Amino acid sequence: MSACPDKELLLHALVDDELDAGNALALEAHVATCAGCAAELAAIREVKVQLKAAPLAYTAPQSLFDRLDAAIAEAEAPPPRRRAVRAETWVMSGAAGALAASLALLAFIPTGVSLQSELVDAQARSLEAQHLVDVETSDRHTVKPWFNGKIDFAPPVVDLASQGYPLVGGRLERIDGRRVAALVFHRQAHVINLFIWPGDAPAEASMQQKDGYNLIRWGQGGLVFWAVSDCDAGALTGFQKDFAAATR
Amino acid sequence: MDAAYSLARYLARDAAAAEDIAQEALLKAYRNIDALRGGEVKPWLLTIVRNAYFDWRRRDNGRTVTGPAAEVAMAETPAEDTSAEDAVIRQGDVAALRRAIETVPEPFREALVLRDLEELSYREIAEITAVPMGTVMSRLARARRMLGERLGVLEPIS
Repeated sequence: MSACPDKELLLHALVDDELDAGNALALEAHVATCAGCAAELAAIREVKVQLKAAPLAYTAPQSLFDRLDAAIAEAEAPPPRRRAVRAETWVMSGAAGALAASLALLAFIPTGVSLQSELVDAQARSLEAQHLVDVETSDRHTVKPWFNGKIDFAPPVVDLASQGYPLVGGRLERIDGRRVAALVFHRQAHVINLFIWPGDAPAEASMQQKDGYNLIRWGQGGLVFWAVSDCDAGALTGFQKDFAAATR
Repeated sequence: MDAAYSLARYLARDAAAAEDIAQEALLKAYRNIDALRGGEVKPWLLTIVRNAYFDWRRRDNGRTVTGPAAEVAMAETPAEDTSAEDAVIRQGDVAALRRAIETVPEPFREALVLRDLEELSYREIAEITAVPMGTVMSRLARARRMLGERLGVLEPIS
């Protein structure tokens, strides 16, 4: 049993929401009385469901970002800024040139997801999926080497237990299409995720809220830090100060 | 950025080639960003990626080391996944689904990736691939049929 030959393409268009209302209604009326077309329609839907259920699109590897950086720096020496791929940096500092603007456009508009949303998602995911840490230890000498070879920079790792923020461990995250380090700390019953990657950000910490989470961003030593937590703003600010002081 | 790489990867079916193609396309896009003029970024960028892929294929013609998709797929198959060749693909098995997509011939695969992975409209796909909408529709239908057969969802047309 198969679909009516003159209807097959239309069935795909129906599933894809590409038919106007009139044609969609007419086709649905036909499908209701034609077993062949109904079966075909269900099968097309099933293919689409399976394609949707898995993250099949590839994400760009870090090496591609690095090669683009290098190629652009070479073509436009002196480069406006070394790592200009971050729209957020560009928007907030207002200091980048056309390069940052262009690449930020390319890097960001297609996804339509803000960096803050990604960070909050990563935080929420880490709590839900029992995937808080890849390496679980309060020993910073274990966490730091664990990142070796997994990312192309060395995040500073400190245990702030004596200040009330014990180190739980670390894991890898993918934020904005690149691998970043995530350090995990506890604050009483709360979890603080600290995301770290190379880039420029003002040394002065700036706080914002999203979806009930507090986020603090700052820059230090050529790295960007984002601390994300549902603990109160005061506690997170304290964490930021202690971490920045301990790694200075 | 991811969309550019992903399309290049599905077209070229090779990670290293995809990176070359995506790099070339992104640099070209960056240099010609003025040409965008407020249009949609994604279709514009993916058109450039597609052109870069064809350039690459032309250049690479005759000295390519990339075997047919099946070979590539075999090489990338994890050791534990050596079950029967025609076994139905487990739902959500990303690697197997990607291989299945790669076995779909090019114009059909391209339409499938642009529609079902990148979620572009028929009109956008028609513009990117420079064919009429009707061609996009028939390519998409054939691609889904081939994939559906591999997934055990659609029965082969006799």
